Amino acid sequence: MNASTLNPWILTITTFLPALGALLMVFLPRRDRIIRWFALAISIVTLLVSLHLPAHYRQVAPANSGSFAYELNLHWITSPNIHYHVGIDGISLWLVILTTFLVPFCVLASWKSIHDRVKEFFILLLVLETAMIGVFIALDLFLFYFFWEATLIPMALIIGIYGHERRVYAAVKFFLYTMIASVLMLAAIIWLYAQSGTFDFTELQHLLASGAIALSGHTALWLFLGFFVAFAVKVPLFPLHTWLPDAHVEAPTAGSVLLAGVMLKMGTYGLLRFSIGLFPAEAHKNAPWIIALAIIGIIYGALVALVQPNMKKLVAYSSVSHLGFVVLGTFSFTRAGMDGGVYQMLNHGISTGALFLLLGMIYDRRHNYEIKEYGGLATPMPVFATLFLLITLSSIGLPMMNGFVGEFLILSGAFQARAIYGILAASGVIWGAFYMLWLYQRTFYGTIVNPLNTTLPDVDTRERTILWPLAVLALVMGVFPQFWMNSIDASVAGILETPKVASSAPTLQVKVGTVLK
Amino acid sequence: MPTATDYIRILPEIVLSVWGMAIMFVESLLPEDRSRKDLGIFAAFGAVAAIAATVYQAQPQFAGFGFNHVLRVDHFSIFFHLVVLLVTLATILMSLDYLPLQKIDFGEYYALVILGAVGMCLMSSAVELVLIFIALEISSIASYILSGFRRSAAVSTESALKYFLLGSFATGFFLYGIALLYGATGSTNIFDIALILGKANHVEALAYLAVALIFTGLAFKVACAPFQIWTPDVYEGAPSPVVALMSTAPKAATFAVLIRIVFEAASPNLFWVIWVAAALSMSVGNVGALLQSNVKRMLAYSSIAHAGYLMVAFASASNRDLAISSAMFYSAAYAAMNLGAFAVVTQMAGSGEGYLQMDDYSGLGKRSPVLAAVFTFFLLSLIGIPITGGFFAKFYIFSTALRTRLIWLTLIGLVNSGVGSYYYLRLIVRMYMYEPRAEIPVPPVRLGMGLAIAISLIATLWLGVLPNAVLHYTQGMPSAIAVR
Repeated sequence: MNASTLNPWILTITTFLPALGALLMVFLPRRDRIIRWFALAISIVTLLVSLHLPAHYRQVAPANSGSFAYELNLHWITSPNIHYHVGIDGISLWLVILTTFLVPFCVLASWKSIHDRVKEFFILLLVLETAMIGVFIALDLFLFYFFWEATLIPMALIIGIYGHERRVYAAVKFFLYTMIASVLMLAAIIWLYAQSGTFDFTELQHLLASGAIALSGHTALWLFLGFFVAFAVKVPLFPLHTWLPDAHVEAPTAGSVLLAGVMLKMGTYGLLRFSIGLFPAEAHKNAPWIIALAIIGIIYGALVALVQPNMKKLVAYSSVSHLGFVVLGTFSFTRAGMDGGVYQMLNHGISTGALFLLLGMIYDRRHNYEIKEYGGLATPMPVFATLFLLITLSSIGLPMMNGFVGEFLILSGAFQARAIYGILAASGVIWGAFYMLWLYQRTFYGTIVNPLNTTLPDVDTRERTILWPLAVLALVMGVFPQFWMNSIDASVAGILETPKVASSAPTLQVKVGTVLK
Repeated sequence: MPTATDYIRILPEIVLSVWGMAIMFVESLLPEDRSRKDLGIFAAFGAVAAIAATVYQAQPQFAGFGFNHVLRVDHFSIFFHLVVLLVTLATILMSLDYLPLQKIDFGEYYALVILGAVGMCLMSSAVELVLIFIALEISSIASYILSGFRRSAAVSTESALKYFLLGSFATGFFLYGIALLYGATGSTNIFDIALILGKANHVEALAYLAVALIFTGLAFKVACAPFQIWTPDVYEGAPSPVVALMSTAPKAATFAVLIRIVFEAASPNLFWVIWVAAALSMSVGNVGALLQSNVKRMLAYSSIAHAGYLMVAFASASNRDLAISSAMFYSAAYAAMNLGAFAVVTQMAGSGEGYLQMDDYSGLGKRSPVLAAVFTFFLLSLIGIPITGGFFAKFYIFSTALRTRLIWLTLIGLVNSGVGSYYYLRLIVRMYMYEPRAEIPVPPVRLGMGLAIAISLIATLWLGVLPNAVLHYTQGMPSAIAVR
């Protein structure tokens, strides 16, 4: 079969493959071994299928800004006019890959630590994967909202059923925060539909840019805020971050990995695609206070991380800080800053995802996240300590590692926008190195205080399989960023242009025709 | 003289009446100690036959007025007939094993369900206020008796008595309203009233009063605030399958009447009355539900909240086409999901309805994964999460409201659905995140119950994934029920 005939359907296949797997799994016998292997197989097949996307991206890459690759646009519901419209650009391309890449590791990480209600767990995990990919590929606001809400249930259940002691509290808090915020987004989406009769992102973008939907300053601000709040809770932007430490600490390892690795990016992706894409003028106008919140988040997150006695909470707060960088880069409205923001989304997915996996491995051994319980772990677990160090370095942005590229670009963008942004944010980098290295020192160096730690086994084959690819990828992404950056930069340039573009009729109809043939 | 076509126009009602009387007759012949399950299965076939009759009736040549303009078969009536009859069928199916368990295995139960359905069906096709009144009474009286059917339980008797007293009071309002409207317009036919009110230069105060009284009576029947006080007590005491029935079918039928009156009789503008009723009902229902520990009471408050969401569509009456279509879609979706939720409650209640507390649902996810998953699905639909009918229902209601520029009402509604998600979620959390309590038995799901749950599940899912067909149908309605 010619690879290009696959192009219109590849996104749909990638998205729904995990859900199909989950459906099949319902009929599998309750034998944990079978379930685990099946889940692993499905997630790996999904990853392999999704690799079609970057492999052929060059051929189908959109020529002009504001259009998408691998597009498919079908009628779903005639009235209201809802389409199944999917497509990706250089930004969502990598977020989709990030998702499909992390899920197999999550399956592996849950191999032994989930032993009760295994079948339900992997069904939820695969359904979650479908919903997360859906968020990144949806180009119809309704479809987007649909997937957005659909991520909520499996994640809340994963936290609430398989989490640690205060899991129920964390799950409910997570659910309510996100639910209430996204209802505001729904209101804004419906409002836009009521004005324009379409949910289509590209069409709406053109209508808004050309002034066909006239917005008074007031309305535009409310609409912008409707979207913004939903995304800001997800990111999470200070002061809406309070659900995050609870959710992270209580979630099982796979839950934390996907929460930090992918779901937080749904927020930053939403800001980039929808808040800025639909309301560029409002986004520019409101950038100063958003950046202020981002910088507060960077510093506050780092300082709070510094004083955490609990490793998982420390990493959770470090996410608040890292995601502050992403928002800062995005709202600096400079090419470097936005490029860096997108790249940092990927980096954070890899390095924080890996950190949660590492912490999960410690937890599997000792069932404890308290830093004071450890010390001197480098002696019994040398390989583990090496890998942990690599990931730590990636997380703090050491040159040659992926984090450096992202943070450097963001900071240079911030400096371009306003020097003070850069100066303040740069202090966050220092704090970041401080809390991570201090954590490393307290956990791995020194003498073993607790006798329980002397006999801890080093990483086994399964754990090595999880950690090495991530560590190597962190290094490769630090050395050859161009590979990712080419497509990201092209799409970021497109987003930066949009406010000025007021091109006439969208070229949508033509594409529908070709797809259907 | 009535023609043959006239009789076809009431064919489902005829089928149901004959069936109901046949059940009564056979019941008296059966020996006392014999199980009435066969009679129930017979009743289920009656509902199926009525559905077939409705489908037959849906052919275009039968559309139109019947019996001298007292009723009218149109797409609108067909739609509500189907909703009512499917609910009736599911109710009968879920009662098959419930009645023997509660030791109230009497044939009259099935007869009353079937005869009540006659009234509900007639409500959706009647266009003559007096006939509507009679139909409303047929359906109400059946519900009064059914809610007291667990006669050995004090709560059930209390429920029936409360429902009967307050219900009669509300019916009185309704009847008084009809009388006044007759005084104001000289007619009791909805279409004549529409013409007369349409021609009149100014609407008399009497007509306002009349419509307000009619609205009061109907608002009581659909449990819309401020006429909702009876709901939690009645729902708590009545047998669970009866609650499944009366929280869905008569409500849908009453909303059908309300749609005919509000949109067709071109009745004097009730905008603010409806606005307040909607806002109040959503808020009272959701806040009330937050405080409940009994699942039936919680669902009772939730049904008050849902009546409020539906009222939002009536507040958008100036956007007539969209409002009618979204109100109809909501009625159907609500019927499907609430029926399903009460089916699970029925299954869980056990002998003597002893297990109704939220606590009794702890760990259901472990004890009975399928039942818990199904219940979760219905609860998510009541919250309004995508891929369920409840999501689209809410979506259409609020997008209609926004198009009518009811921004405040929409915001009140959206905040309410955010608040509302909490109490449904609490139940889901109980099912999945609490340890099971071993002493509570989970009886196996029998065939009848399984079918009832399947009907509601398929309907809810279908409305949530492919709402096109139903939506398309409801969108044809505004022209179908227009005065010609």
